[in-house]
Amino acid sequence: MKNGSLLPLRLHDVSFAAGGRTIIDGISLEIEAGRSTIILGANGAGKSVLMRLMHGLLAPTSGRVEWSAPERAGAPRKQAMVFQRPVMLRRSARANVGYALKIAGVPKSRRATQVREALDGVGLAHLARRSARVLSGGEQQRLALARAWALHPEVLFLDEPTASLDPSATREIEAVIRAFDAAGTKIVMATHNLGQARRLGDDIVFLDRGRLVERSPVDQFFSKPQSAQAAAFIKGELPWIG
Amino acid sequence: MSEAFGTALRLLADLDPKLVEIVLLSLGVSLMAVAIATLLGLPLGAAIAVGRFPGRRTLIVILNALMGLPPVVVGLVIYLLLSRAGPLGALGILFTPAAMVIAQTVLILPIVAALSRQAIEDAWREYDEQLRSLGAGRVQAALTLLWDTRFSLLTTVLAGFGRAAAEVGAVMIVGGNIDGVTRVMTTTIALETSKGDLPLALGLGIILIAIILAVNAAAYLTKELAQRRYG
Repeated sequence: MKNGSLLPLRLHDVSFAAGGRTIIDGISLEIEAGRSTIILGANGAGKSVLMRLMHGLLAPTSGRVEWSAPERAGAPRKQAMVFQRPVMLRRSARANVGYALKIAGVPKSRRATQVREALDGVGLAHLARRSARVLSGGEQQRLALARAWALHPEVLFLDEPTASLDPSATREIEAVIRAFDAAGTKIVMATHNLGQARRLGDDIVFLDRGRLVERSPVDQFFSKPQSAQAAAFIKGELPWIG
Repeated sequence: MSEAFGTALRLLADLDPKLVEIVLLSLGVSLMAVAIATLLGLPLGAAIAVGRFPGRRTLIVILNALMGLPPVVVGLVIYLLLSRAGPLGALGILFTPAAMVIAQTVLILPIVAALSRQAIEDAWREYDEQLRSLGAGRVQAALTLLWDTRFSLLTTVLAGFGRAAAEVGAVMIVGGNIDGVTRVMTTTIALETSKGDLPLALGLGIILIAIILAVNAAAYLTKELAQRRYG
């Protein structure tokens, strides 16, 4: 493990409440480097909120979120996040990637090359000059991945990145996510899609109504779920099995 | 009436020098006021949109209310400030175009600031998480949003221009409607109408409406084009 690594990430009894409702309820968890972690659970289980707490977009109501190398405010981030609905700036595809590099403090002279590499990596080089907000949903999501890719993050959070995409766009996104994984980026992805969890995950964190119910390797999770909730969720999502 | 209209059209067609002078002064004063109000108002709107500070809501309510400032009241206040006995009397700019620029700037600054605050805050709601995820600080976010909402902001600025070009009360009081010095379209229309010289008033009225129409058409087209091009 290289010096100053962000991982492992430790959550100590983290809770989050909003509007009088507890969304995350006392979760303690350690996320290590390496194997891809899938945060699995039904809609409303708290997956998105948990990832936002990890990524620092939300502050826990109680408990602590600790990275091994704490981030300094204003320093370039070593973690990135791709959202369910990508937010594109009103400029060209390549300018969107360039913007992320600029904020990360990459000198202007090096940005063009890195932008090109990132767009190549997701197969969007031919759309580099196109305005980002008029691209299709799948293209925008790939662009969001390119934007993350250019930053070479140590950890990449993905919040249901294919939830609003068709099957072919989903395949393209999953291929890019695999490439991230192969390049050594730690993947932490929220999904409620069991097939996707199986295809991309090594390690399942299963949430039910804001609580961490089960954590196990992906094979074990699907063949021998340890909790009744997980078993019911797997059965509910795959009614043709069993 | 139709005779007055005919004379008005002839004044326009002949580019009557008096008329041209009035139109140019009007445009000069209002454009300068818009430029200053934009320079101050957009950063102010962006700061209020992304900033979190005590009294923010109160400030927004006040700013929104100031959009409806009566021009004559603005004129009166600026008049008192700039009059010889006033705190800024030493400047000696009362009854000059400079005073008119100041009055119109005060009048439209709340419009530019309040409308841009709204546009930027709406965009901020969409961009907030993404920008923070990338590590952008508040100042960086404000600058990004200013650029990303540029087409909405153009409409905002043009709304300010429309208000400045059309108002009569403020420039009348601080400018004094002096022939050849501070006489603009609206004050001339008011004066000439009361004198019964309808052709000049009517000619200026036509130009004023044409300018406002052209500005709004330009704003609309720009926004639509931008929408198609940038999404």
